[in-house]
Amino acid sequence: MLRQPLSAKRKHYERLWKAVMRLSVGLTAALVLLLLAYVLAKGAPHITWGLLSTRPSYLTGKIGILPDILNTLYIIIATLLLVLPLGVGAAIYLTEYAASKRVVSVIEYAAETLSGIPSIIYGLVGMLLFSNNMGTCLLAGALTLVIMNLPTIMRATQESLKTVPQSYREGAFSLGAGKWRVVRTVVLPGCVDGIVTGCILSVGRILGESAALLYTAGFAHALYGMLDGLAAPGATLTVALYVYAKEQGEFNVAFAIAAILMVLTVLVNFAAALVQKYFTKRRSA
Amino acid sequence: MKKSQIVEQAVHLVFLLLGLITVGCVLLITVYLVVSGIPAIREIGLTAFLFGTEWVSTAAEPKYGILPFILTSVYGAAGAILIGVPIGLLAAVYLSKLASPGVKAVMQSAVSLLAGIPSVVYGLVGMLVLVPGIRTLFGVPDGASLLAAILVLAVMILPSTIKLSITALDAVPKEYEDASLALGATPVETYCKVSVPAAKSGIAAAVVLGVGRAIGEAMAVMMVAGNVPNMPDSLFQSVRFLTTAVSSELAYAGGLQRQALFSIALVLFLFIMLINAALNFFLKREKE
Repeated sequence: MLRQPLSAKRKHYERLWKAVMRLSVGLTAALVLLLLAYVLAKGAPHITWGLLSTRPSYLTGKIGILPDILNTLYIIIATLLLVLPLGVGAAIYLTEYAASKRVVSVIEYAAETLSGIPSIIYGLVGMLLFSNNMGTCLLAGALTLVIMNLPTIMRATQESLKTVPQSYREGAFSLGAGKWRVVRTVVLPGCVDGIVTGCILSVGRILGESAALLYTAGFAHALYGMLDGLAAPGATLTVALYVYAKEQGEFNVAFAIAAILMVLTVLVNFAAALVQKYFTKRRSA
Repeated sequence: MKKSQIVEQAVHLVFLLLGLITVGCVLLITVYLVVSGIPAIREIGLTAFLFGTEWVSTAAEPKYGILPFILTSVYGAAGAILIGVPIGLLAAVYLSKLASPGVKAVMQSAVSLLAGIPSVVYGLVGMLVLVPGIRTLFGVPDGASLLAAILVLAVMILPSTIKLSITALDAVPKEYEDASLALGATPVETYCKVSVPAAKSGIAAAVVLGVGRAIGEAMAVMMVAGNVPNMPDSLFQSVRFLTTAVSSELAYAGGLQRQALFSIALVLFLFIMLINAALNFFLKREKE
């Protein structure tokens, strides 16, 4: 067999492009590492117990972010409670009930449109729709986020419903179960993994959201319990970060919040990967 | 028997209503934006609004021209694509075709992390690193500029570009590449001249998604672009995007000024709808 070596020009081409590709990957990796390191290094020293456990006080001039942490928690809980039945229900309709392909494609197109709308537009519509009627409050913010996260929950549930074997449904039907009973006892338990994945994705999205909340949930830092908190205006961590950095120039606090958000983002990503691994394994077993 | 049928019908109806909620939301958003956006456009005049080069909303004789915002958003997205897409695409080719499984897995989780970082964090880092950096590097009085916004947006569209491109490249049939390799092409030649063209619909979708992200991003550009309603004549100009134009005056605006902000949101919405339609087109072609 005759083996001709590559011409110098092609060898050059090969090496050059490989180097450029490696550079791009390296650049991306460096970006992630530097961002993480920079934010954590700048923020971690300012995360103190005092910061985490108090609210801002005009008397001492000290800033605490406990209200913002609680607000974030409240808004996540409220949004998930409201969006879960809607998103899961929509997914069940699409995979179990919908008979016409037309309706399915219209609903799916609507979901895609919803996920493409920028958060500032959600903020504006949420303001017109909710805050103008019920006042600027966490609940108005949560309702805005419900619309935003609807496609996420719907799609994740839909994906997992597709993996419920058709034979399970047929088995239940052949034993005389009605449609509703089949959905309740066979289909719903089968989409738990989709619901969990959707919830994690939504939590990540809510954690990072700011533009949609600025004019719906407001930016107060008062300390409330869950129910009173939902009825009152309040800043989540991201909104607080924005206000402290942009309006008040409190960069130490802003970086402390940024560091907390970074850690939470890493945790959410980790949880999502873990859940996916667990469910894939269980399904193939 | 009859009772159970009624229950079935009722349940079916409930699920139908839940299914239609997404459609209802889209309609609601569209109607609200159109209804609240039209009055100001009618009062200002469509051409004066869209092509007016001056935005002085608080003057005694206010002018509401949003051409600076439109151009800034377009330039910003174009700049971000110009920087972000080549890097993202090259990284995607490497990760999809040349990298070891370990490297690919690690980089994929790194990219997911990049996608999950809140935009205010990007804004904060941009504000304190990029803006002063541009000021000293180029010797301009203020680093908060179009360039800073473009760089932040380029980083922000990187994850979706890489992710979608990898998905598209992974889906290229192995036979195409094998045929090319068997004919004597080198791996890099194969991936650049066979795999990338074969995955072009998916890559186009990635680019369009990036455009949508860049045009829709508000908080990060609010923090680094300077937020002054200038025409974007140079990279070092302080500029205001469509998104930031809506949010920066919303807190205190009233009357016609407030309505004009809704009109800006309507224009932004139309841009996004166009981009969505393009995205759908490419995604559909990818499926076929």
